[in-house]
Amino acid sequence: MTDWLTPEEWQAVILSLQVSALAVAASLPLGILVAWALARRRFWGHGLLNGLVHLPLVLPPVVTGYLLLLSFGRRGPVGAFLHDWFGIVFAFRWTGAALAAAVMAFPLMVRAIRLAFEAVDRGVEEAAGTLGAGPAWVFLTVTLPLILPGVVAGAILAFAKAMGEFGATITFVSNIPGQTQTLPSAIYALLQVPGGEDRAGRLVMISVGVAMVALALSEWVGRRVARRISGR
Amino acid sequence: MTLTVDIRLARPGFSLDVAFAAPPGVTALFGRSGAGKTTVVQAVAGLVRPDAGTITLGDRALLSPAGAVPPHRRRIGYVFQDARLFPHLNVRRNLGYGRWFARGRALAEPGPVIEMLGIGALLDRPVGGLSGGERQRVALGRALLSGPELLLMDEPLAALDQARKDEILPYLERLRDELRLPILYVTHSAAEVARLATTVVVLEAGRVAVAGPVAEVLSDPGAGAALGLRELGAVIEARLAGQEPDGLSRLSISGGTLLLPRIEAAPGARLRVRIHAEDVMIARAVPGAISALNVLPAVVESLRLGEGPGALVRLRIGQDRILVRLTRRSALALELAPGLACHAVLKSVAVAKGDIGSG
Repeated sequence: MTDWLTPEEWQAVILSLQVSALAVAASLPLGILVAWALARRRFWGHGLLNGLVHLPLVLPPVVTGYLLLLSFGRRGPVGAFLHDWFGIVFAFRWTGAALAAAVMAFPLMVRAIRLAFEAVDRGVEEAAGTLGAGPAWVFLTVTLPLILPGVVAGAILAFAKAMGEFGATITFVSNIPGQTQTLPSAIYALLQVPGGEDRAGRLVMISVGVAMVALALSEWVGRRVARRISGR
Repeated sequence: MTLTVDIRLARPGFSLDVAFAAPPGVTALFGRSGAGKTTVVQAVAGLVRPDAGTITLGDRALLSPAGAVPPHRRRIGYVFQDARLFPHLNVRRNLGYGRWFARGRALAEPGPVIEMLGIGALLDRPVGGLSGGERQRVALGRALLSGPELLLMDEPLAALDQARKDEILPYLERLRDELRLPILYVTHSAAEVARLATTVVVLEAGRVAVAGPVAEVLSDPGAGAALGLRELGAVIEARLAGQEPDGLSRLSISGGTLLLPRIEAAPGARLRVRIHAEDVMIARAVPGAISALNVLPAVVESLRLGEGPGALVRLRIGQDRILVRLTRRSALALELAPGLACHAVLKSVAVAKGDIGSG
């Protein structure tokens, strides 16, 4: 496809995009739900849920990866259950890399969406209720459009974080070229062999490029959506 | 359709215990800030759950010991003080929002409502750029078009300056006169009560202080404490009898004729006239050379001497009653007593369109 990237390197780039996209897409509904619960509900275990969501932010990534391996590995309780009942395997598969990326990016996603929920004027939701909209319709037609900038920002931030996730991924699913070797893993592997710096350098540039594009995109989308929902 | 409210609610530092009925027409909930006006309206809308009580609209129980109807099934339009338009929708979609959930019910046609509120030119505008007065008119239209059986208006004019108030008040008058929709109207402005209301419920610290038809309550000497003495006065009905060549208008009331600066209205139009208690003087004999144009024969109906230097006198002029505030000394010097014939000298009169008490 190109002559300035070897097929393995190209594979790592594609795999990283694939892993990050799946991680964000699969965790977004849960992220919205958790952000809603944290922002709007007062329940027993509120603090516990909040702590749990933020744990990957403060734990060493290698610890998160190891905990994922213990629970989602083929002999782990969750991993064994998913394998026996649904035939789903995470360990040493690209889906496992997506799981690791999703867990690591989750706190950033939830924080952005939670802030958006907290910024919504509850009075406008009440107004929708008096106009005949039940709670589910209020959420779909008022709350969701109003938090959209936060959701988009959270998703892009999570995508960028997933692109860069390394520690938990390599611990959980190792570093198998074509299977679980994401961009950061590939860079790490290249830096371990003599003379690999040049090739690593190209991947580093791609990393930087993806991150910049993600940031610019999130700015642009954020501003656009904010302008739309501010009613101007 | 009549709304009956009988609710109790206790919160730290505040308790509410009110019972009143709002017949068709505009019922004003009047009182100072913190009197509990908004809480009552929110309870009617279902946004606040009282500790106990009942709320009934026509034959529908909205709140009863058996439970509460959720807000979205109450069919009550709510115009908030701060409009609360949907910022992500344009004016047209804001107006149409409630219709979507009201399928299968008879709804007001959008055209006449939009025309009545004068918002036809705004339809494709985003709501962010609207002025305060425009926002309130759109909010009013949005509530009306959702097919409500009762309209709640929580100080819809409070956040507006006088010019914007004057812009919206005529629309509210048309609403009252053209739509057969009961309206519960929260306000702390006696001028709005006098201009719009058919019934008034005065709240004081979470209790009903006075309630009744607006003409009676505003001219009730006993309501002075609850309303504020400056707000006392009469609201009486008049018809435009004709225009004078010197720029004055002739109004006929049950007890005679009033001459006022020109009023633009069709001959025969029903008008409501507000006369503040402070703006009336009493004369035992017909005053001779006097600058006041409006001097009407009257009969003293009741006399109330206050604790301080003031006194309140209720006069009957034809079928109408007006209230006069004067000093105790004057009342004694004139030897005012019930049944005494005298003359009322009106120094100033405010006029608004529409009738009173007809619902």
